Amino acid sequence: MSFPYLSTIVFLPVIGAIVIALLPRANPRRIKLTAAAFTAVSFVLSLAVLFMFDRGLAGPQFIEQASWIPAINVQYFMGVDGLSLPLLLLATLIGFIAVLVSWKIDLRAREYFAWILLLETGILGVFCSLDLVLFFIFWEVEIIPMYLLISIWGSGRKEYSAIKFVLYTLAGSAMMLAGILLLYFQADTFNMVTLAGMGLDSILSSLMATSIFFLILFAFAVKLPVFPFHTWLPDAHTDAPTAVSVILAGILIKMGGYGMLRVCVSIFPETAQNYAPLLIALAVVGILYGAAVTLRQTDLKRLIAYSSISHMGFVLLGIFALSQVSMTGAVLQMVSHGLVTGLLFAMVGLVYEKTHERSIPKLGGLARQMPIIVVVFSVAGLAALGLPGTSGFAAEFLIFLGSFSSTMVSGIQVYTIVGILGVVLGAGYILWMLKRVFYGPPKAQYDGVPDANRLEMVYIFALVALIMLIGIYPAVLTDVIKTGVSPILAALGL
Amino acid sequence: MNIYLLAPEISLCALAVAVILLDLFVERKWIVGAVSIVGLIVPAIFSIALWGTNETSFGGALVIDHFSVFFKLFFLAIAALILLSSTDYARRFAAFRGEYYAMLLLATAGMMLMASTRELISIYVALELTSISLYVLAGFLKDTKSSEAGLKYLLLGAVSSAVLLYGMALVFGLTGTTHLQEIAAAISAGGLLNSPALLMGIVLLVAGFGFKIAAVPFQMWVPDVYEGAPTPVTAYLSVASKAAGFAVILRVFYEALGPASVDWGMIFAVLAAITMTVGNVVAIAQKNIKRMLGYSSIAQAGYLMVGLAAVSSTGSSALVFFLGCYAFTNLGAFIAIIAISDKIDSDEIADYSGMIRRAPLLALALALCLISLTGIPATAGFMAKIYIFSAGVNSGLLWLVIIAVINSVISAFYYLRVVRVMFLGAPVSEERVSSPRSLQTALSFACLGVLLLGIYPWLLLKVAETAASMFIP
Repeated sequence: MSFPYLSTIVFLPVIGAIVIALLPRANPRRIKLTAAAFTAVSFVLSLAVLFMFDRGLAGPQFIEQASWIPAINVQYFMGVDGLSLPLLLLATLIGFIAVLVSWKIDLRAREYFAWILLLETGILGVFCSLDLVLFFIFWEVEIIPMYLLISIWGSGRKEYSAIKFVLYTLAGSAMMLAGILLLYFQADTFNMVTLAGMGLDSILSSLMATSIFFLILFAFAVKLPVFPFHTWLPDAHTDAPTAVSVILAGILIKMGGYGMLRVCVSIFPETAQNYAPLLIALAVVGILYGAAVTLRQTDLKRLIAYSSISHMGFVLLGIFALSQVSMTGAVLQMVSHGLVTGLLFAMVGLVYEKTHERSIPKLGGLARQMPIIVVVFSVAGLAALGLPGTSGFAAEFLIFLGSFSSTMVSGIQVYTIVGILGVVLGAGYILWMLKRVFYGPPKAQYDGVPDANRLEMVYIFALVALIMLIGIYPAVLTDVIKTGVSPILAALGL
Repeated sequence: MNIYLLAPEISLCALAVAVILLDLFVERKWIVGAVSIVGLIVPAIFSIALWGTNETSFGGALVIDHFSVFFKLFFLAIAALILLSSTDYARRFAAFRGEYYAMLLLATAGMMLMASTRELISIYVALELTSISLYVLAGFLKDTKSSEAGLKYLLLGAVSSAVLLYGMALVFGLTGTTHLQEIAAAISAGGLLNSPALLMGIVLLVAGFGFKIAAVPFQMWVPDVYEGAPTPVTAYLSVASKAAGFAVILRVFYEALGPASVDWGMIFAVLAAITMTVGNVVAIAQKNIKRMLGYSSIAQAGYLMVGLAAVSSTGSSALVFFLGCYAFTNLGAFIAIIAISDKIDSDEIADYSGMIRRAPLLALALALCLISLTGIPATAGFMAKIYIFSAGVNSGLLWLVIIAVINSVISAFYYLRVVRVMFLGAPVSEERVSSPRSLQTALSFACLGVLLLGIYPWLLLKVAETAASMFIP
């Protein structure tokens, strides 16, 4: 048996959490170094997986498979394919950066980093598991760490936001569990690869297929989030500590989009096609509604949070347009949004840390006082609005191109054109925000605020470089993503 | 007649008598507790030696099969953990410590018999042996609340026993026998399936046993008794007494009333839905942690009944597996509460504030058990739920499973509230909460079980499947 790369990547953070919990004489610095070391190794290993990944093959690679609970045929089944690999890579990267972002946390540092690392394992596990029960288990692991991270280290109405997040997520996963069990007794397996190859749409009655599809989809829709299940997101993002917002926006909500592709669309492609108009309509509503609400925000962090709703609407549009280009674009958009919004939240965190102010009307003219932060913030903002040369452009372009030319859903051109208006609104809220916060006359009370320090520059420049890299040469990921999308297209008869 | 088959129960009763006698002569009372714990090894060895036997004795009243031996060992293990966590608590009983241990042992013997009889009168006698010991134990603190608990439990218990007896009488009257398998034969042969009298008998039996497992609407005794009784007894009631009730229900309903499974399957399905909903909704409002766990145990009984409602071999093995996971989890929670409440002298959830600072390991252990009760993965509670819900879906009870998963979400609210108070609240005082070695040992066992079964459930699942394999509808 070859080296279990995926298990190592997934479980390194939780081992790190245990090490941190058991460290004798825990000074915060040693705890942070341990956390950084474990997440860094995990990231390096996932890079290795990217280089060893065979771009010519469809289907999962790096497979690890063992029987786990024979009574109900549950397996320990890990593997990555073109859908999951880019997100796995994003998750290990964001996990590492989240530790760096948290470098100034000294309140109960031992607990904080232990929870962050446990959270990281849960997320990585979701992207690697190919057995539905295993998938579900990892899916649920995040709940307790997120709850505690938001409610202990957060700000504002943190306890309310934390419990709201938990109850929304649990409601979603409760439905997913019912759907998974129903699916199991129809198909007699939890193996996601087998399930995707069974053509269940035609085997099951359409009522059954639809019920399972929507029960499972509900959990992903809450997580993505799809309008009208989005109300937990602005609260959780706004009140979470910076690093947790980075993780939440960077990777956690991507589990929703990934789940839709991996479970709903892969296993029930025809059902997905039947209900695509409904979901695309929700996507367009989400894009426009999210963007419109974003325009009205006066809290910097809340503004970025609402913009995620709009951006995730693009992902939903790309997924349910069901063409090769649009789905590739959707996955690329998830990666791009992870980098861009992760960076934006990190920048908001920096601005707040230096100025102790998040209210946009009270900020202003910071361009003089913190030039580096302004430049990076602006680059991230331009990537968010989809400026050519950044990853945001590559992803959104693919989504719109793919959706407009999709033959799977009738009338999609109209939806696409309406959706594109979201980009215009996006340019509006980003540029207006940049203008209000950074430009205009400098304010005296912010004289002498420090700019980014060296450690902060390391991770913000790293993210900027990646955003540019994907923007200039998207094939570095799209090649991989295409191999992941191809089984879905084959099932749809394309 | 093979008297050896009764060896576990006989040795356990002998141990109980020995403990009472020892109590007369020994001054240092911890020895009494130690003897009763170590003495459990004897019945345990006898039980292990019986694994694999399949025999009946006493005219078919006593049956030794995988199922009964599993439950014998199960009750012995619970008794050991309860005794271990009582050794420190027992200093509150000024006198009668020996009797306390002996009563616990006798209750255990009664439960072991409940799981091993196949005849209605023997079931009733075993059940009363358990119940009467528990009535006494509930009132053992002798303060106002504890006495109220004892009396309330006695009165309501007596009513439920009467109802049960009436149900048994109806079944006997219709079929002319008290042996479970002969009852089943008589029902099939006599065409009694549509008889309203039989349905009445079934309803009364459900009511009588429903009291034991604390199913709604027979749960009124739970909150007061749980709150008033000594905490180790509460733990024992919530785990062992409930498990014994389910063991008897499996035995009676599958072996005697198997032909009428359509009727009682539906009754249990409806009761399950009501029980879990009432338990969870009322638990939200509780401020006392023992009362909260009382309502939570009602809700858990609801989940367990999904296994009964499924009427299938996966249903019954899921039920047995759930009981095992639930035992570890709930015992862990109660042991942590014994340790904490004993030091802070309060059962109010608000007084647990900031416990993570005052007793980090106890708080973490309690949090783990509460998370397991919620059913979040990597804990035993999750595996138990997924298995029992899958049995439900398999039997076409999707509606019930959806109610159950929604209930799990509701339950997260009050379980996590305790976690929140412990982790987020400001400590009431800076004083550290220390705990005796005996409680630490018991708690470690429970938490180890919760984690181990959460990660590798097959350890217990395999045994549970063997134990329940005979219950085929």
